[in-house]
Amino acid sequence: MLQFILRRIAISTLILFLGSVLMYVLTINSADPLSDLRESRAENREQLMQARIDNMGLDLPWWQRYLGWLTGVSKCFVLQCDLGTTRDGSDVNALLLSSAGASLRLVTVATFLAIFIGVTLGVLSAIRQYSGFDYAITFGAFLFYSLPVFWAAVLLKDFGAIRFNNWIADPTVSTTATAVVALVFALALASVLGGSLRRQLVTGLVTFAVVFGLVFAFDQVTWWVQPALGLPLILVGALGALGFMLVMTVGLANRKILYAGLVTIGLGLVSYFVTAPILEDPANWWVIFALLGVTVLVGLAVGWVMGGYERRTAMVVSVGTAIGMAFLVFMDQLLRGWAGFLALAGNRPVSTIGENRIIPERFTGDFWEGIFNWGVQLVLPTIVLTLISIASYSRYTRGSMLETINQDYIRTARSKGLSDRVVFTKHALRNALIPITTIVAFDFASLLGGAVITETIFGWRGLGAMFRLGLDTVDPNPVMAYYLVAGGAAVLMNMLADIAYASLDPRIRR
Amino acid sequence: MTDSQRPDEPDPTPAASTVEEAYSVEKQIDLSQKSYSQGQLVVRRFFRHKGAMVSLFVLVFITVMAFTSIGYGIIPNWWGKTFYDAGATVDGGRPTLQLWPFQIGEHPFGQDTIGKDYFALTMRGTQRSLIVAFTVGLLSTVIGTVIGAVAGFYRGWVEAILMRVTDLFIIIPLLVLAAVVGKMAEGIWWLALMLSLLTWTGLARLVRGEVLSLREREFVTAAEAIGTGPGRIIFKHILPNTIGTIIVSATLAIAATILLESALSFLGYGVQAPDTSLGLLISTYQNAFLTRPWLFWWPGLMILAIALSVNFLGDGLRDAFDPRQNRTAD
Repeated sequence: MLQFILRRIAISTLILFLGSVLMYVLTINSADPLSDLRESRAENREQLMQARIDNMGLDLPWWQRYLGWLTGVSKCFVLQCDLGTTRDGSDVNALLLSSAGASLRLVTVATFLAIFIGVTLGVLSAIRQYSGFDYAITFGAFLFYSLPVFWAAVLLKDFGAIRFNNWIADPTVSTTATAVVALVFALALASVLGGSLRRQLVTGLVTFAVVFGLVFAFDQVTWWVQPALGLPLILVGALGALGFMLVMTVGLANRKILYAGLVTIGLGLVSYFVTAPILEDPANWWVIFALLGVTVLVGLAVGWVMGGYERRTAMVVSVGTAIGMAFLVFMDQLLRGWAGFLALAGNRPVSTIGENRIIPERFTGDFWEGIFNWGVQLVLPTIVLTLISIASYSRYTRGSMLETINQDYIRTARSKGLSDRVVFTKHALRNALIPITTIVAFDFASLLGGAVITETIFGWRGLGAMFRLGLDTVDPNPVMAYYLVAGGAAVLMNMLADIAYASLDPRIRR
Repeated sequence: MTDSQRPDEPDPTPAASTVEEAYSVEKQIDLSQKSYSQGQLVVRRFFRHKGAMVSLFVLVFITVMAFTSIGYGIIPNWWGKTFYDAGATVDGGRPTLQLWPFQIGEHPFGQDTIGKDYFALTMRGTQRSLIVAFTVGLLSTVIGTVIGAVAGFYRGWVEAILMRVTDLFIIIPLLVLAAVVGKMAEGIWWLALMLSLLTWTGLARLVRGEVLSLREREFVTAAEAIGTGPGRIIFKHILPNTIGTIIVSATLAIAATILLESALSFLGYGVQAPDTSLGLLISTYQNAFLTRPWLFWWPGLMILAIALSVNFLGDGLRDAFDPRQNRTAD
């Protein structure tokens, strides 16, 4: 395994190096770096041109310029990176630091969301092949495949952001809108759960009633401007998380593990009251991460103590439940910050450009309101990036899952009398997920490319903006800084995918 | 030789009785139904794929519309307005197209801010996009097929280079690389050529994979045994067996190129003014969304319509070439 990883690292480094040469040469030859000065009417034109030639080393052959850049980068090994300066003389290191955070946050969130939603939709549409749900997902995937990213982004910016801002000023949901939302949920759930026509009808009606009732109730208590989950909803959600974990592992009938999960929820309830003062206004993210760590440890401990001979499964279920519950508590606190944020933002929470609604220097809210300050701005670009990746993930998962379901060992599992649940979760899903790991790496690169477009439209000063600055001024330094981050991240993702693949599928290891 | 496997000649090895049985069964089948060759089956499956047929119609309609309405080269125009002449703005430039009661009117897609006919502009943009997309589709397919076949057949350093080059495209986002070369390219033919040089890798990998398995098959060994040269083996014996993969991949490449080209033009690295393209139109008028929404809707919907129909065509072709797909064949 170690040898496998080392060989991967060596190959990746070589490719990263070759890519950098290609990128450098292409960039410096992409246009005339002096074109704006040639057209200028300044009196000291010649002087300016000479200054730029000296500054950027335009009179040197390409390999000397490249070696100069490479020398600067190679100092990274002694932690003294020198990525050069832009054409106007500002430091690329600083530029990179300020822009990388925003972009990587955007792309990482989009990647994880797309994997989660896309894989779920793909599995569901494979299990319910040729159902209404399957056709809807298939059509949706084709639609998003064919959607120009930039067009969808502009559309979302102008429709989504501006309409939402107008709506939140007077947040009422009309009866028709409520009915439509409930109908969509009802149709989707009925189609996914399947069964006889009668059963589907009952599922649909119940879902419709519940969703309709919920939206109506939310509307009555003006939940949209003063949202919170409250203890009852947290408890319901935690039970749901436990149910999900059980269904995915051993089934609801296993009392021992069920009790372990229930004890976890009980402990979560206690800690909800204990940690309330800390969560009121935590100092920084480390507090949150520390609490998450404690949560995981408690979950592990409960599983260890209560699991008996099924210790491992009990630990997995307890930790899953604990994390689910912790997430709900977090969301509860977060949602309570919404009203305060709305007041700070003057009832127009989404701004159509920039990474923060209110620039950090002028922001006065607490921790939770601060999350909204950048979180809300993250929503629209993330939706754009996610939608397009979901399409490929769902199609790919569907194909992979269908192929797995038709394998002989699935027939064997069924003929042994195993239930659908066990066949799908234990035998089919795990094997179907293996090929998905390979497209994660490809997808990450295309997402970084897509981020160039979304950042342009939503006015982010991220990596994409840095790349465009470099390309527009025919200046290799910002472009290469972009390349280092994008290429490095892609190589890392690719390698992780390879290692995951090798550990999941022993046939790959050589 | 393939002649000995013709279905009307009996296989000489089985016992006489089974041969007679085989004859009688065959006669019954012959009476009841017509048999089809592999190619005919593919064509039949394709023409029965409703989605693909509708898409084909939409695509042909858009293409004919784009190239005849404002004319192209020697193709005469029937629309009468050009994409560069400004005119007086009528009714704030609103579209005159109405579905009920149906009327086309003077400016069905409206006019832009300086009174140019927006239908002519959109059609010009569609022409540009289609030209780039089909050129790239064709060129990158040819390059990808040849390199993939050579790499799969000869292995060795060709294969090593191919695999490393495809790895490059994993770490550099295609859009970024395309933006850099798009900036170099002047005119759409150069743009198309440059994009083809970037987009052949996916197909090359696919073809290489198929060739790797096909070259171990008996019919290749047989061809080698009678002294057939490598060129003939690749192009006569191996590639026809990968035609399904190639055609499907070419279709999907066209759809991807439409999106890539329009994204590049949107960012300002593709088609440059004074020429126009769908992406450039959207980029120019994105801020007019609230005041003149039609300037934004038409080019976007046009890109969506083309890409969607090409993708559905590709899906229909994939089903048609997939021998396991029998749902539409019976």
